[in-house]
This record gives sequence, C-alpha cells and structure tokens, in this order.
Amino acid sequence: MSLDRPLTRNVRADRSPTDMAAYEANGGYQGLKAAVGKLSPADCLEILKDSNLRGRGGAGFPTGMKWSFVPMGDKCSPGDKYLICNADEMEPGTFKDRLLLECDPHQLIEGMIVAAYTLQANVAYIFIRAEYFKAAALLREAIAACHQKNYLGNNILGSDYSLEIHIHASAGRYICGEETALISSLEGKRANPRAKPPFPQVSGLWGRPTIVNNVETLCNVHHIIERGADWFKSLGLTEDAGTKMYGVSGRVKRPGCWELPMGTPVREILEEYAGGMADGYSLKGFLPGGGSTDFLVGEHLDLAMDYETIGKAGSRMGTGTMIILDDKTCPVGFVKNLIEFFARESCGFCTPCRDGLPWSAQVLDDIQHGRGRDEDMDTLARQVKFIGAIGNTHCALAPGAMEPLQSAMKYFPEAFEQHIQGSCRHCSGGGH
Amino acid sequence: MPTIRIDGVEYEVQAGKNLLESCLSLGLDLPYFCWHPAMGSIGACRQCAVVQYQSEEDEQAGRGRIVMGCMTPVSDGAIFSLDGDRAREFREAIVESLMLNHPHDCPVCAEGGECHLQDMTVMVGHRDRHYRGRKNTHRNQYLGPLLNHEMNRCIACYRCTRYYRDYAGGTDLAAMAAHDHVYFGRHEEGILESEFAGNLVEVCPTGVFTDKTLVHDYTRKWDLQSAPSVCVGCGVGCNTLPGERYGRLKRIHNRFNVEVNGYFLCDRGRFGGGFVNNQQRLDYPGLRGDDGRYNAVDHHQALQHMAEACRNARVAAIGSPRTSIEANFLLRQLVGTDNFCPGFTELEQTLVNLALELQQQSSAVIADIRSVESADAVLILGEDLTNTAPRLALAVRQSVRNKAYEMAAGLGLETWQDAAIRNLAQDRRSPLFIAASGDTRLDDVAEQHLSLAPQDVARLGFEVAAAIRGGGGVGNSDTAAGRIAAALMEAKRPLVISGTSSGSPQALQAAAAVAEALAGAGHRPMLNFTVPEANSLGQAMLTGSAAPSLEAIAERCDRGEIDTLLVLENDLYHRTPAALADRLLHSDSAIIAVDGLDNRTTSAARLVLPAANFAETEGTLVSLEGRAQRHYPVFLPQGERRPSWVWLLACMKELGHPTATDLHQFDDITRACAATVPALAGITGAAPDHHFLNVGVKIPRQPHRYSGRTAMRADISVHEPKQPEDEESPLAFSMEGLNRWQPGALLPFVWAPGWNSNQSLHRFQSEVGGPLRGGTAGMRLLGAGTTGPTAAIDPPPSFTPVEGRWQLVARHRIFGSEELSALSPGICELVEPGFVEMRGADAHGLGLTEGDGVELDAGLATLAVKINDSIPPGCLGYAVGHAGTANLAAGASVSLAKATNWQRPPQVISTDRSGGGHV
Amino acid sequence: MTETTSMQLVPTLSEEELRLIDAEIAHVPYRSAVAIDALKIVQQHRGWVSDESIKAIASYLDMSADELDGIATFYNLIFRRPVGDKVILLCNSISCWIKGCDGLQQKITEQLGVQFGETTSDNRYTLLPVTCLGACDKAPVMMVGEELHEDVAESSIVRILGGSTEP
Repeated sequence: MSLDRPLTRNVRADRSPTDMAAYEANGGYQGLKAAVGKLSPADCLEILKDSNLRGRGGAGFPTGMKWSFVPMGDKCSPGDKYLICNADEMEPGTFKDRLLLECDPHQLIEGMIVAAYTLQANVAYIFIRAEYFKAAALLREAIAACHQKNYLGNNILGSDYSLEIHIHASAGRYICGEETALISSLEGKRANPRAKPPFPQVSGLWGRPTIVNNVETLCNVHHIIERGADWFKSLGLTEDAGTKMYGVSGRVKRPGCWELPMGTPVREILEEYAGGMADGYSLKGFLPGGGSTDFLVGEHLDLAMDYETIGKAGSRMGTGTMIILDDKTCPVGFVKNLIEFFARESCGFCTPCRDGLPWSAQVLDDIQHGRGRDEDMDTLARQVKFIGAIGNTHCALAPGAMEPLQSAMKYFPEAFEQHIQGSCRHCSGGGH
Repeated sequence: MPTIRIDGVEYEVQAGKNLLESCLSLGLDLPYFCWHPAMGSIGACRQCAVVQYQSEEDEQAGRGRIVMGCMTPVSDGAIFSLDGDRAREFREAIVESLMLNHPHDCPVCAEGGECHLQDMTVMVGHRDRHYRGRKNTHRNQYLGPLLNHEMNRCIACYRCTRYYRDYAGGTDLAAMAAHDHVYFGRHEEGILESEFAGNLVEVCPTGVFTDKTLVHDYTRKWDLQSAPSVCVGCGVGCNTLPGERYGRLKRIHNRFNVEVNGYFLCDRGRFGGGFVNNQQRLDYPGLRGDDGRYNAVDHHQALQHMAEACRNARVAAIGSPRTSIEANFLLRQLVGTDNFCPGFTELEQTLVNLALELQQQSSAVIADIRSVESADAVLILGEDLTNTAPRLALAVRQSVRNKAYEMAAGLGLETWQDAAIRNLAQDRRSPLFIAASGDTRLDDVAEQHLSLAPQDVARLGFEVAAAIRGGGGVGNSDTAAGRIAAALMEAKRPLVISGTSSGSPQALQAAAAVAEALAGAGHRPMLNFTVPEANSLGQAMLTGSAAPSLEAIAERCDRGEIDTLLVLENDLYHRTPAALADRLLHSDSAIIAVDGLDNRTTSAARLVLPAANFAETEGTLVSLEGRAQRHYPVFLPQGERRPSWVWLLACMKELGHPTATDLHQFDDITRACAATVPALAGITGAAPDHHFLNVGVKIPRQPHRYSGRTAMRADISVHEPKQPEDEESPLAFSMEGLNRWQPGALLPFVWAPGWNSNQSLHRFQSEVGGPLRGGTAGMRLLGAGTTGPTAAIDPPPSFTPVEGRWQLVARHRIFGSEELSALSPGICELVEPGFVEMRGADAHGLGLTEGDGVELDAGLATLAVKINDSIPPGCLGYAVGHAGTANLAAGASVSLAKATNWQRPPQVISTDRSGGGHV
Repeated sequence: MTETTSMQLVPTLSEEELRLIDAEIAHVPYRSAVAIDALKIVQQHRGWVSDESIKAIASYLDMSADELDGIATFYNLIFRRPVGDKVILLCNSISCWIKGCDGLQQKITEQLGVQFGETTSDNRYTLLPVTCLGACDKAPVMMVGEELHEDVAESSIVRILGGSTEP
C-alpha cells in the first residue's frame, strides 16, 4: 500500500491528522535521513529530474527542470535563496491540498526539507490560504516537533545544513496562487503578478532565487529521493510519472478525492471512485482540473487523466479535480459563476483582465436573465479571442477564465441560444 | 545596431531598447498608456500590443503571437507586425475595455484637447460601444490646492503611483482595492505631501489629476499662447512652457531639456508662476508727490524723471539675482561698475562668488542633472535639496537606483524593465550620505544622514577629503568620514553636492576639497553647488567678488554719498534684515524702483516703474550648473508695464549714455554683455538671436488650432487689433509658422499630428528620452577647471554649544522660502507662518511646546515653535524667507525666551483650505 | 510640504499585538514585509481594521498609512469596516453553486435579515461570499468563524446559526 499510494498512506478514513510518532512509525522522515548529509544536492536534483515529476499546481511544469535554473554553489551567496510551498488552494473545484495538509502535515514538511536541501535554501515559507486554520495549526505543530528532533533548525541531524520553515497565512486573494503574485504577497505587498523573465528562480522573494511549488508536488519529493526515480515512474500508467490526487465534485454519487496512478482514465475516476452520476442526473460535460480548464464531454471519458492526453483533447489536466456539469444545471449559469469569480478575483493590474472579465460577466448575466441579444455571442467570441491567450494578459488568470467560456460556447451553443431566445430548459423564468 | 522588421520594412534600431520606444523613435504610431519614457515598462495596460513572428515562415503563415511592445526587447532579426488585423483589433479592444468605465465628460474635462486617452482612442479607431452595463463610479478626494482628483476618469494605468511613489519617493498616494474597483488616492483626504506631486498633471494620461489652479481659470491647450521659458523659482533653471490667454498666465508645463529637468518640474516651478497675475502687480509708473501719495504718470514723464534723477548725480544701483543678465548689465552700465551692487548681502556675495570660483577652478565635472542621475555614490554637505534646489533632489533620488541597475545588468535586464528591477533590488541602493543641520527630504533614501551644526558639516567634508587623500578611507570604517570616503572611492561616478543655503562658505570649500581629493586619487568626480536664485551665478559672473555688497551701499547711504539709488526687481525687506533695508531705503537718497509687484521697497521709492516679469520679457539667466538659458515673453506686458531692460535702455538713451549708443534691441545688450564680461562671453550661444527664421518665418507661439482671435477682445472692442509683432525674438505672436525642426531653445509647445497631449514630445526628440532634435537648450559657461582650489583651507573649529545660546541654522521650505512663488494661488495656501525648529529637550527647558511663541534675542523676532529633534544640539532652525524671519541670519547666536502674549495661529484644517467650490 | 497635516493622535497597539507582530518581523528582512501579518493580527484582536489601526500599524512598520491601506484593501479577508462577532463565509464558487449555495444564501438572508456584505443588527453575524473553500466534495460549504460546515442543507441553517433570528 505504502509504495503505490505514497501521498495518502497516512490518510485515515476519519481524516484525523497524523502526528510525528505515527508518521515516523509508518516510515516517515526516512527520505530526509537518506538525503540530508548523505546525498549531495546535485545528486538529489538528478534523481528528481530523472523521476519526471511535474508540478501538481496546475501547469505541470517539470519540477527538476524548474529547480535546475536556481543558481547553486558559488553563483549564489549561501542562505540567499528561498523555497516556498504554495498552499493557497483556491482554484474553484479544487480540494486536494487541504486533504494532504490536514491529514498528513509531516509529509509536506519532510518534502520541503528535502527540497530545500536540494536547493540549498536555508529558509522556506508555507503560504497557506487564510481559511485553512486547521491545516495551519497542524503545520505549526509539525514544525515544532521537527525542531525537537532536529529535523529543522541548525545543523540538521549533525550535517552542516540548516533550515527554518515559516508559515504565512494569506489574507485572501485567488491571485496569490500565481507564483509571482504569491511572492509579492509574501513580501507584504499587493499581490500583483510579476512579468517573466526574470523568473523567480533567479529573482524571486526579496529579489533572491526562489522556488515556488504546490503542496502536492512537494509531498512527492522525499518519496522520490528515498525510493528512486524508477520507482516513481513505475507508479504512473502513462508517460507522466507518479500518482496524482484526483477529485470529483458536482452531482455524482460520492464526491471525493483519491490518490490514483497518474493517467487513470477519466471514466474510472468518475464511475469507480465517484460512484457515477447521482440518481436522476446524467453527464453533460466536465472541467477536468478546476475552474480554469476547458470543458470536456462524454466522448472524452475514456481518456487518461494526465497532462499530455488531456492537453491533446483541448483542455488541461490542471489540478486534476474534476467539476461535473450535469444535464439539469444550466451551462450559462455555470460559466457565469466562474467568470464572475475570476472577475472578482482579478488583481486589477492589466486591462483585459480587470475590465474584460467584468464585461464578459455582464454579457453572461444579460444572457442568463433573458436580456441577451444575438450579437452578444459575437461579443463573447471577441472577448475569448481578446483575453483568452497567454501573453495577451499580464498573467494566466484571465486566459484561464476564458477556457470554460470558450469551450462551453463550443460544446453547448444551444444553451446560449435558448437563453437569448428566452427558453432555457434549465432555467424556468430566465434565471437559475 | 540590431535590424528588425516591422510590417515588411527593415529598420535599424538601437540595441537595449524595447520595441515600443524603438517604434516611437522611428516615428511609428504605437499607442500606449502605462509605459513612460522616464519610468520604463511594467506591461499593465496591454495597449502597445503587436504581433511577433518567430520566423519568416511564421509570418507568411500568419501565425505569430501577440506581445507587448513595451516588454519586448528588440533583437536582431526580430519580425513584428503593427498593422496586421490581429494587433489592431487587440489594441482597439483594449481601448474599448478602458472605455467601459470612463465617463463621457470630455467637454468639461480639464484634460480635453491634450488628453492622451483621447489621442489613443482615435489612434486605435475605436468608435462603437458594445458594453451595456453600468459604469463604476468613485468618490474623489481633496488633495490640496494644487491638484484636482476625478477618479471616475481613471483607466488604471498605474502611472500615478509609479511616478509618485517609485520615482518621486512620495508615500501618500497608493493603489487601493482590486479588480475593477482599483482606486488611486490617499488613505484619507488631504494635501499631497510630495513636492513633485504636480507632475501627476502631465504623467496621468487622462483627466484624473489635473491642475487645480488652471481649472479655476481655464483655457484649453489649443487656445494657449506659449513660449519657451525658464523657471525663476530657484537656481536649477528648469525649462518651462508657460501658457497664456486673455493676458493671464494660465499654467506652466514642463519643457523637456535632457540635461536639466527632463520630464519633470517641482511644484514651486509648476504652480509658482501665478504671481504674474497677482493683484499687487504695478500697472503704471508712479511718482510720489510732495504729499507722499503716488500719482500715475505716463512712461515719457516717468523716463524724464528717471533721467533727471540720474543726470549729474551720484547714482548707485542695486541689481537683482533673480532677473536677467541683460537688465543687470544695463543697470551696471548706467551707474558704473563701482556703483553697482549685484543685490547680494556680504555673506551671499561671498557664498555665491565662492561657489563660482570653486567650480571654475575645480577639476571635477560640474554636473548637469542627467549626470547627477548617473552618480553611483553621492555626498551632500549642508543642503536640504528638496527645499533649496528641488529638481536636483529628484535627480539625486534617481541616482540611488544605480545599484539596482548594476544588479539588473548582472541578470541581463535592461533599465526599462522597471518592475523587474525594483523587485530584484528591493531596498538596495547606491550610497547617499547627507550631512546637514537637521533632517532633509532625501533622508529616506540615504545610507546615512548626519545632523550636524554647519561648522561640523564642513569639518566632516574636510575629514572625508583627508581620508581619501590618506588612502581611500578604507582603513577606518569606524568613522562616518571613513565610510563616506570608502563609498566615494568605490564608486565609478562619485558626486559631491553642497551649496549656499546653509550660509557656510566652509561647506562649499569642504565639498570642493572632497572632489579634488577624489580627482587626486584618479577618479573623475562630479561636483554641484546650489545657489539661491535663478540668476545668482550669472550675477556673480557679471560682477565678481569685488562688487559692493548691500552693506557697502548702505554705508554710502549712511554717509549721504548717494543722491539716487536705483533698485531693480528686488524687495530689500525680503532679502535683508529690516535694519539694513531701512538704511538703504530711508536715507536721503532718492529711490527709484523698477519692479513688477508692489512691495515695501517700491513703497519707499520716489519713482516706481512697473516691470515685466519672466513671462512677459526675454532674458538670459545662468543656472547653478553655469548654463546660460534664454526665456522669451509668452505674451506682451499689459498697460504701461515694460521689461526692465527697456526702461533702463530708454533711460540711458534719454541721458545720452555713451555705452548705449549702439544698443537698440535686446540682442544688442546680450552681445554687449558677452563682449564686455569675459565670464559671460558664451551667453549669446544660449539661444538664436531675433534674426533666426525657421523655414523662412518666425516660430509661432500659438498652435494652429488657436481659436477666437477675432472674438477674444470683443467685450472691449469689436475691432480686432493687429497681432503684436515681436521684433526681439525668433518667435511670433501668431499661429503661422512651423513648430518643427527648430533649435531646442525655441520650442514653444509640443504637438504633432495625432498627438495632442504632451506625449507628442517624442516627435521632437532625436530618440525617445534623448535630446531634442534641435539640440539641447542653453550654453554651458563652466568647463572643468584644471588647477583645483588654489589654497589649502583649514577646517573651521568644531561647534560647541553655549549654555543659553542657540546658533541659527537656515531651514528652507519649497513653499515659503522663495518670495514670488509664495504669492501664487495654490502655493500661498501652503505657505506656513514663520517658525523656528528646536529640539524637544530645548523646548522643554524653556517651558515651550509645539505652537508656542518664542522670542529671539529680546525683540529680534518672535516666532512659533516647532519641535524637531533632528536639529543639532545647540542649534535653532529658522524658516528662511517666511513672515517674521527676515531679521534672522544663519550663523547668528541668539538667546531664547518664551514669548508673552503669544497667540497661537488658528489651527488650519486642510479641508477648510479648499475654500468651497474647489472640490 | 512636510508639516501640512495637523498633529494626529496615533493609537497604540496592545502589547500582545506588538509581541505577535515582532515575532513576524523576525522572519523577514524589513519591517513593512509583515504588513499583511500585522493587519491580520490586529484584526484578530479587534475584529476589523479601523483607520486608526491602519495608522498605528503603518507607523510601527515604518510605512505610510496610504501604502498599508493599499495593501489592506487589496485582500478579501482584511475587514476595513466593522463586522459582526462571527463572519459567515458562504462559498459561492462553482461546486457549491451546483449544489445550491444560492438557496443557502436566501435561507441565511431570511434567517438573519442580511445580504452579502451586511451585518445583523444584533452584531452577531456578518455575511460574506468567499471563493472556493477547497471542500468541494462536501459542497455546499460555509465557514462560521473558523469552523467549516460541510454538506450544508437549507434545513440546517437554523441549527448552524444558533437560532439567531431577525428581530
């Protein structure tokens, strides 16, 4: 069990947290002991690169490659770089990091220690969303316990490596999940994203080399160092290695979150683990990985949930947590909810996002409430074109917001038309 | 130079620039908002979008991706499309998005007609609106008497806060809230604190921040008549563009000069010209009758009286360091060198001449402001620059960023990548050391601020010089002097700044000694001195240190040796203690005053001649860096007002003065002065003379859309008068002519087709941010010397406080220490009553608290107390130039006592100052 | 123009607040970097962040009140107006919307007499929308104070909100 479901081996049915004793009893902190003082940072990085671990925050960038841009050795003064854990889980429909944080806080801490050791960072931060009070408290306990065991602090386990981990609880803004916005926020500023280049790997927190990784990504690190790249690659069913936290929400029988081999087919996740659609509902479409991914539909159910496959199908695996659109929920209302979310969470820095998203939301609201006009579909199409490409905007928020809209217009055009004609079969009386 | 291709045409562009500035330099229209040539790129507005292709195949296939011009470096072989449909549609969509919430109030907006948003809207071709929602609205804030705030117009380009906070160092303007609710304002209503807030008028691309003094007396840009001018607010000599209509000065905008003020002015300069319209302006010559009353006389009579008073009489004259070389030169010719006082007190004369001599001798580079910005280590001795030479302070504030640019270069970042560089460098700065008698407004970016008595400021300078001579000071990092010496030695472009404002000649000598020591150690240091007024340095060049001071003239008045004393544009009661002014003006001499404003000096005169001021006449001024610059009349003086040089020349003609025989026009005076005074030989090069024609005609002061010329005087007469002719300058009071390609000194306004706002400036520059195509205005009169200071100077003894005595130290204020700007609307609301600043412990010992009155030296002055613990022990700061402080002089020692019968000035609440109707 | 504002009374932060802020300052290279932590600490003690608190925190962190206010107003969970004893954060993101959060909102509004952004007249509750709370498998969810309520049915609103009713 522990070998093929490394991330959730300590997750109990009642979701009670695993403390230090239980964590160590189940093989915890072996990755730390295998790495710190035993392997060189360069060796750790090689293993990680070999493992083909890709970032679990949504973008799927190869973690080892990301880390390899951090200046090492003489190129960077010691202690002058940072590791940050992005625990600002806020993507609509995403609920995987909460599980990892609340059920097994030590796993993240161990992953971070090994990651920070690999990067030779002496300070690490966990940027956790404001509402995760319980997780933050558990992490603080875990950090304290680690100090007692000298897993953290000066000269960890007698080595010449030292590390402090600090927790920063956010004050609430979706954009903080974007890594450069997160850095701005951690610096105590407005969380405006930053243009790249320069990338955080060379100029990040306080202008120093910085790595930002998602909770789930970091939770994998020490397992990979402990058990090797080949083991990790063997976990996945497809090219993308490891396991993945998959989730399903919406009108299914058993909404939930499960660690499964990377590349598990969508249908298996939906039908075997989520128990299929709830009684009386049938599948109309689904967002594969959070609110800023494109809709897929029934024909895509047999695809493998991995970065490549879902990407080729015209969407993104994103966070791997699916949101199900059922046949009784209005696609227009569904998309409007998302666009309003993104409009509200725009940082207000660049024009297409700040002003374009509220405009899209306004058009959708008109359509939803029977005030739509035929030309509104042209307006929305223009908005998708205008906002929807990375590079058109300052960061990826607004292009992400356009993904469900553009795909809804592609897959469910009749829903928009019916609304404009005042006859949506989902929404009697023109509203949801 | 890289070659790039834009829409199929190849262009050579300068390496290291971004595509947007390259396009603008090439003369291509690419719209933008958030980028600013002085502030670089952040990529916020997304307006300058173009399509970039990876390869020619990519281009042929119509692929490529949208990139922002301002964020895209130009690299050899890069292929772009500005004109392609995708780029155009995207840029139009951006403007349409900005317009969702922008109100349709252009007809009543002060920005209308010179609005960058209007220009860009037209440029992208946006016309039809698709948005049907409601517009967001905001509450506006009272921001003081200088600026209006209308947030509903905001397009959230972030220029205001980037300028105000990042560039100018202000802390009280911030971006608030998020998404489409972002708001740019203060935490709460109140007067903007930055001395450079007025630049928001020009930085804001639309009408959020507008000139409140203009709004109250409004004219559109296209209806303004303007001419190249020079600020008379301090010694920096910023280039300005005053605008006039109906005989009133309406506003002052920045006139770009790459070496002087770049894109920015201080608020004294921008809002300080309103005295031109002051009700205290003298309209007619006045002659005091036997009954003591003034009677208006016409100018012929006035001249005859003047000539009579000068004929066969012992005549002396007091010139003015705030008016032109030409007027002062004529006055000196009229009365003779021995009888001409430049208008300096003895101390001021010593200081200004010392500043001049040290700069003439020094082997250091006399820094223009652009060079100041390039300094990577700065030492300031005895100056609160923000209050004495404000634009120079803004340049020093930029210099501390050189550390950031150095770090950025290490990562391959270009200087225009503004946000990235700020994020990289955070608060790491190039070293700036300030030693002054009390806090200064640059302390926030200083590595160290030392508050010392003036003597000790100078001593510190000499110690630094000694440490440099002794091997770089690296040996002793325990002392401030050692650390400063080390930082200056480590720098590639060290700069030393001092000036006259603290009243300490030793500070100037110490600064020169530091520069010389650096030069001796193989550096090429820069040196800069502030001077009190717009033409202080020119006056010193004209007269030298041997000229009689005000005190010397007073002695001659006391002895009855002067029959007639001419006073040129100089209120002696503002400049000197009342006792000295009384000796000068209330002796047996007949006083003839030539001045623009009624004041205590003109009140003491037998004959008063109404003078034109900087906006109504031509003149040459020499700035603190020794740059001779010409200002031109924006409009002709009204009524009987005449330029001072006209009065003086006419008087000389009346007298048949031999030196006036060949003088007929303004240019003749300039040439005569250049020929007579070797130090001023270069002033004819400050600007072309009146013969200059641009493409065969004079340069128009009025834009080609200037309207209402036939109607603007209709309330007076329906007959349109002939436009006045300008015989004295290359400029015409006309719309006809060409405002292009002329020399840089002759730019009366900026406008280009499609570019109605000040952003059209790039069409007049050789490249974006570079010098004007017609050359940089002004003529430098100071080259680097070679000899170095001739004599070794001993440091002054250190200051020892004396129990019960306080040494006065000068404290300057941008609003209040300068006489004329303080009479301007807006600024006059910001001038404080006179005050002294003392340490809390001193105040406590005297039983004083903030706002109490304190009496200095039994009757010398009684002033309000401000507590300021940055004042050095044993010293007492006093507000220079403020009401009640004219009797005080820096360096004097005074006793203090709590004032009896002191009435605290009523507490002024800032919102009351808006006076109703302003908000 | 440095002295244009009249003397203002800067309220002081409590010793406990200062202790907690100092602990945060120890982790960062410059004081203003803890702006968000300091706002949260003060909010924890006072329920919200008043103009006076902004001034006090700003002064303690060597930054301007304007800059701090720019930060405070950026974040959703810094309250610049007074809130009730408990803040109800009702998730209205997509998974909860599918599962009927609009109905919950109506129910709460009926129960408490407040819309989003409003506080009950007895000052017990403030109702706010919140972005996805990361508990989508238990949708719809809401937080009351620090407590997360999962699978909330309209019928359970009365129980969760302790029977508080609009007078």
